[in-house]
Amino acid sequence: MTLLSIENLDVRYGQFKAVRSVSLKVGAGEVVAMIGANGAGKTTLLRTLAGAIRPADGRILFKDKDVTALSAHERVKSGMVLVPEGRRLFSRMTVEENLQLGGLVKRGGDWSVDRIFSIFPNLVKRRHAKTGTLSGGEQQATAIGRALMTNPDIIFFDEISLGLSPLVVDHVYASLAELLKSGVTVVLVEQDLKRAMTVAGRAICMLEGQVVLDRAMAETSRDEITEAYFGLKRGQKNDHGLGLGGAH
Amino acid sequence: MLNQIAQAVILGGYYALIACGLSFMLSVMRVINLAHGSLLVLGGYFLWYLGEHYEISPFVGLVALVPLLALAGWALQRFLLERSARGGELLPILTTFGLSIVLDNLLFEQFGADTRSLAPYIGDMAWDSYELPGDIFIGKVGVLTLVAAIVLLGGLQLFLSHTGTGKAIRATAEDPDTAGIVGIDARKASAIASAIAVGSIGIASAALGMRATFDAYAGGAQLLFAFEATIIGGAGSLWGTLIGGIVLALAQTAGAAVHPQGFLIGGHLAFILVLFARFLFLPGEFTYRLRRIAGLAK
Repeated sequence: MTLLSIENLDVRYGQFKAVRSVSLKVGAGEVVAMIGANGAGKTTLLRTLAGAIRPADGRILFKDKDVTALSAHERVKSGMVLVPEGRRLFSRMTVEENLQLGGLVKRGGDWSVDRIFSIFPNLVKRRHAKTGTLSGGEQQATAIGRALMTNPDIIFFDEISLGLSPLVVDHVYASLAELLKSGVTVVLVEQDLKRAMTVAGRAICMLEGQVVLDRAMAETSRDEITEAYFGLKRGQKNDHGLGLGGAH
Repeated sequence: MLNQIAQAVILGGYYALIACGLSFMLSVMRVINLAHGSLLVLGGYFLWYLGEHYEISPFVGLVALVPLLALAGWALQRFLLERSARGGELLPILTTFGLSIVLDNLLFEQFGADTRSLAPYIGDMAWDSYELPGDIFIGKVGVLTLVAAIVLLGGLQLFLSHTGTGKAIRATAEDPDTAGIVGIDARKASAIASAIAVGSIGIASAALGMRATFDAYAGGAQLLFAFEATIIGGAGSLWGTLIGGIVLALAQTAGAAVHPQGFLIGGHLAFILVLFARFLFLPGEFTYRLRRIAGLAK
């Protein structure tokens, strides 16, 4: 069943077209990884889906309803949520308060502050700490928790490993694996190809605002994704030994 | 001496009460509402009109005034501040300045230059006082005002920290775009905050009219006292506003003790001293840069 459907989406910053007529469908329960170089339009696409940016053209259908004109908070009510790049927590509020903010939409569901603490046990002792004082990993956990508190049907993760140490990223991904079992639909932007390939069932590669590769993870290879990433023609092997695994 | 301190604390309660709406608006919406004093006087006239023409007690009048002002606050945010905020940070402040001029002159046109008071409509309370040990008498209106300030400031603080709407307002104040991503209707949260800030002015209007007189142009001085109390107490802290009001009143009382004309100057001095102390000692990037410009830091 198609949960999210994007039709000919165009997003512009002034004269610059960041996303160029992108069309794709995401089915319920899918875990999709968006891969692409900096400036490929991944974050812009995600922020447009979340309602933070208005598209210049095209449509976004969610659960067969046109949500293109809805504002960000209305989209959260309908079941879409973004974990933004750079966490964007409310730094003057405590961990618990940040989580409670997500619960304000009252969509109804299983997520509660206690359940968030059970998947991120490292947050328990920081419950009443202002989020401005947290470590990067704790902040990321809080940001994910805050998004989950809205009881989303689809969740967009934007660069969750950015700025975190590899050890902390391992931890965040371990928690994420638990989450993915719950059947929520996920679209994640990840620079770290190795990690993206382990959690996602499908890879979408973006290059200069367009989708250049869209395939099930099982049917693609690291090389194919790498070529799409750099915009190299197929068959033209890249022998520069560029390891995308540790791109950040 | 003890008497003067007691009277100053009571007066400080009044300053805290009139500063409440201003402080709330500044701390959660980052807007200095320069029409604050004019709205305060407008509320005073409303209560006076009900008393004069319908013999309605100001306490009963508040039941109508507070919701009406809250509605005005909502409209102020939706139709003036929200639009002017698109033109930059300074524009909302200029907008409220313009609004204050319009209000002051409309009030003058309507009610003329006569001074008004709500004292005739509250019976004995206007002059009654409580006697404290040591021959200290404090006016009932003053005590009521101080209690109202504590209840209002405390209530707002509890509202902000413990209710969903309060948290939504704080989140919106910090980052409206991210608030939207989390599912908070930022426009609604701002309008509610503005309604609360302006609605609370009504209670201060009653205090203004009960303790003294006012005329159409009385708003400017009230705005100044409210602003000084807010800044002395530390913008962004509601309990600080209560302390700020009391510090302002103590400084004014001390000024008056030094010289009969020293009342206002004492208050202004305290205000300027606090500003300077912040500038010199407060940690933070902004104050550090200011110190560098002034050649006081490397």
